[in-house]
Amino acid sequence: MTDAPKTRREPPVSPHLMTGGFGSPLLWRWHITMWTSILHRATGCALYAGALIAAAWAITLAGGPEAYAGFKSVMGSIPGKVVMFGLTLCVFYHLANGVRHLVWDSGHGLDIKSANASAMVVFAFAAVATVAIWGLAGMTGAL
Amino acid sequence: MVSYRTPLGRARGLGSAKDGVGHWIGQRVSAVALAPLVLWMVYGVIRLAAGDYGFAVHWVQDPLNATLTVLTLAIAFFHMRTGMQVVIEDYVDEALGKSVLLILNLFVCGLAGALAIFSILKVAFGGVVGGA
Repeated sequence: MTDAPKTRREPPVSPHLMTGGFGSPLLWRWHITMWTSILHRATGCALYAGALIAAAWAITLAGGPEAYAGFKSVMGSIPGKVVMFGLTLCVFYHLANGVRHLVWDSGHGLDIKSANASAMVVFAFAAVATVAIWGLAGMTGAL
Repeated sequence: MVSYRTPLGRARGLGSAKDGVGHWIGQRVSAVALAPLVLWMVYGVIRLAAGDYGFAVHWVQDPLNATLTVLTLAIAFFHMRTGMQVVIEDYVDEALGKSVLLILNLFVCGLAGALAIFSILKVAFGGVVGGA
């Protein structure tokens, strides 16, 4: 090969979030289905921490009244409640979007119009369910 | 493109990793189980948040609550392990770091899940504990 280029071209890369390295311009226009995909992973990771809090609940309950009182005072504090509110949003978002994924796995709702509409339903469900549950918690003396 | 795979090879369809279908199905089946369990759990958390230690012990000693709590914990920690595994596999390229994180993920989920379930069973089988 005599006409080989002198400088090596950048190898082609598969489409990803960014045009170059971290912080470079985004390759994609932001879209609602992109948000739902990213948030499904983000809420899943947050719920990982939430499950460890649930494990701490079980362990302190088995530990006796003092340990359990300590757990309850941490979770009942303002930062504890902020975490629980965030986890409530994550639970309902991940639940609704998980059902959306299961519907997709059955081969339904995969067209763009349906995917956009179901994304809105997921956001609406997460917001309404979270407010409803915290309202119920307030009325039953859980706060 | 012409495929050179034999019909038998295609039917077995395991690919180069020889694994993955079980993981995929396990994640979906655990999701189906968790959907109702999580709704029940949210209700349980509200009731437990309003009650004290004695109420929580009494609540866990109810057979239905104990069973559903253990199931929720077991399936949730399984689902978490499979989900976090995919995240690690997607974002960590370096082989050693990936292996370390995958093993750490498995051990954290296994240890936390086992501790939580054993704790629930201890309370459930423990009779009336001091303060209840």
